[in-house]
Amino acid sequence: MIPELGHFALALAVALALAQSLCALLGAARADARWMASGAALAYGHTIAVGSAFAALIWSAVTDDFSVQNVVENSHSLKPLLYKITGVWGNHEGSIVLWCLMLALCGAAVAGFGRSLPSILRARVIGILGLNAAGFLLFTLLTSNPLLRVWPTPLDGRDMNPLLQDPGLAFHPPLLYAGYVGFAVPFAFAVAALIEGCVDAAWGRWVRPWALASWSLLTGGIALGSWWAYYELGWGGYWFWDPVENASLLPWLTGTALLHSAIVVEKREALKTWTVLLAIATFSLSLSGTFLVRSGILNSVHSFASDPTRGIFILVLLLAVIGGSLILFAWRAPALGSTGLFAPVSREGALVLNNIFICSIAVVVFTGTLYPLFAELVFGAKLSVGAPFFNATVLPLAAPVLLAMVVGQILPWKRAALGPALLRLWWAALIAAAVGLSVALGLRALLPALGFAGAAWLIFGSFGEIIERIRLFRIPLATSCARLKGLPLAVWAATIAHAGMGITVAGIVGMSLAREKIVAISPGEAVTLAAYDWRLDGLRDGAGSNFRERIADISVWRDGALVVRLTPARRSFTTQRMETTETSIHTTGFADLYSVLGEERDGKAILRLHYNFLAPWIWIGALIMSLGGFLSVADRRLRVGAPARRPAQSVPAA
Amino acid sequence: MNPISRRLMFLGPLGLLAVGGGAGALLLHRMADGSFDPRGVPSVLIDKPAPKFSLAPQAGHPGFDGAALVTAGTPVLINFFASWCLPCIAEAPQLLALQKRGLQIWGVAYKDREESTARFLAQHGNPFSRIARDAEGNAALEFGVYGVPETYLIDKTGIVRWRWVGALSDNVIARALDPLLAKYA
Repeated sequence: MIPELGHFALALAVALALAQSLCALLGAARADARWMASGAALAYGHTIAVGSAFAALIWSAVTDDFSVQNVVENSHSLKPLLYKITGVWGNHEGSIVLWCLMLALCGAAVAGFGRSLPSILRARVIGILGLNAAGFLLFTLLTSNPLLRVWPTPLDGRDMNPLLQDPGLAFHPPLLYAGYVGFAVPFAFAVAALIEGCVDAAWGRWVRPWALASWSLLTGGIALGSWWAYYELGWGGYWFWDPVENASLLPWLTGTALLHSAIVVEKREALKTWTVLLAIATFSLSLSGTFLVRSGILNSVHSFASDPTRGIFILVLLLAVIGGSLILFAWRAPALGSTGLFAPVSREGALVLNNIFICSIAVVVFTGTLYPLFAELVFGAKLSVGAPFFNATVLPLAAPVLLAMVVGQILPWKRAALGPALLRLWWAALIAAAVGLSVALGLRALLPALGFAGAAWLIFGSFGEIIERIRLFRIPLATSCARLKGLPLAVWAATIAHAGMGITVAGIVGMSLAREKIVAISPGEAVTLAAYDWRLDGLRDGAGSNFRERIADISVWRDGALVVRLTPARRSFTTQRMETTETSIHTTGFADLYSVLGEERDGKAILRLHYNFLAPWIWIGALIMSLGGFLSVADRRLRVGAPARRPAQSVPAA
Repeated sequence: MNPISRRLMFLGPLGLLAVGGGAGALLLHRMADGSFDPRGVPSVLIDKPAPKFSLAPQAGHPGFDGAALVTAGTPVLINFFASWCLPCIAEAPQLLALQKRGLQIWGVAYKDREESTARFLAQHGNPFSRIARDAEGNAALEFGVYGVPETYLIDKTGIVRWRWVGALSDNVIARALDPLLAKYA
């Protein structure tokens, strides 16, 4: 009964989403307040309907209803409750419903939080979101309905891929999807602006919080995914330039560019068409990421759910959404003139530089990701583009951005001089040089020294804007403190996010110094790695509710003192006939002691031991970046709305 | 910049999308008929002699080894299967149909218990004229098998001509296997 109700709710959601879109768009075209208001109300109804369908799916999974196909294929009665719930979005059908729920929530959020928007713009945004949602809901209902029954009813399910039975991956897809789908809102704003033929400072201000929130969620989602790959796959790496990872990185890159170019629209009314294009591109890349992963075109360790026949539907949907918006762009965007002029060296100039480099990185990653497909299609050659390509191409493009972002932050708008700005950062340069020099002397290696110097420059230099603004040491300290209190949250947000980036960079550079050892030792033996003695104390068997495992007890010693006991394991999942490795990691905050248990032969166990220097900083930095983004959303100025269009808001209230 | 070239510039993204959409459609089309497989890496054995191996036969069936492939005198389809593999059940009707057409199909029971294999054959039909047991997975290693089911076409001189990873479908047989069978008959 519950699955049928969910099925009905899903069908209802399609109708409500279509109605939401029609009412809102037609209402906006006729400037009819009642139609527009019903569009907003329908956005809530549509959200409730999708939410009910999703809840029905969760209910079926939790109660082990093996008459539902999706539950049979992805669940098992012995699976722990948490994974019964998270398993709902660990497969294609469920994840698309989650996607739809997020999109519906975006529409509801615009309806709920967007009351200060001009009613026509708000209605158009809601309408475009509704149209998108209707497309995706139709896709779910017609090709990937998770609530279909199966007959005869099997006794038990087939269980989920054991790699996915992990807390990290339980929360990674919802966060990532929230980020992906969140960019639908800037996209809808861009399309609405194209329909209206008007992009102004107010538009820039309205788009930014949505872009910021989505970006923060996406940052968190990518970081969580990378962390999962780090500890669950047990390869010791954190980023593999895997097509699916790249698919999430691309919208992140263009989203980052969008955040920054929207500032220029807001403050200076320049870069309008570019920002609109970025908003369209970011959501398009989110959609294509889903398309490429879900259709299985990109081969990857990640794409656990793929099916070519659905690909056709997604492709058509994709071409309709992206094509429609780009046709609108080609038609309307040439009319969006730029008004704000600025010198090449200025805050705007720095943001343009940021956009050029970040988008270049996006183009490089895009090319590298799709080149194997291109080669297959054109030359019929099987090849793969791996980490060496990406490292060699992304690094030279990322380095200038990282160096320049510190300077850009303290440049004034319109016109600036580079020399004085650089001079004002002498102290950050000094710290960076000191860090670089000490690393160079300590390690006798040039690249890590440069890397750490860059990271230090970024971490400390990010505070340059705050120091400039409070005029530290140039006016009395008390006045500086008073100024510090008055600083807008957005300034803090930018500083924190930039410093977070610096911490991530430090982590990445640190990981390049990581050391690993693969050894075959018997219980009682010990090996030395990175000043630690790793002793294998013993091997034992264990069992969980749906797996059996073999556990190694390792004690790690330093200078005769016990540091930690590690227990890496090898699990074999009975239902799926699959083995996974469970890493055991101890973090000191500055380094990870990382251990993996391999096969056993002749009484010897094969252990892979890593000493990952600064590894945790990668994700701590990402978390800080994400936090910075949210902090910026919380800035009062973004909630108040721009004064320019203020009078328009009283219309719907009447 | 004159207004027309400015307008054309704004059409750029659309052009890019059209190219991407066309390529996507082509890839999907080729995935559907099996000529593009994102997971597949061509086997290094193609156009090379089949590897040497010797395996025990399944009880009650004639077995075979690497040398038998050369002396068979007809094209042979080698099918790696197991009773615990669901796609193997899915491709059972296709294999039976191929057997009816007179093709020699030799099975390798991969990492399977003898009695489970026997039960599998009783339940889903036996398309194999010979069955060898690869309990340790050694022959599979020689062939470079990804997983079961996996199928190889060996021509009558013992040369590997084709490899298919995953279950055989009617589409794959019609598009990929039949032309090869005609060529190497």
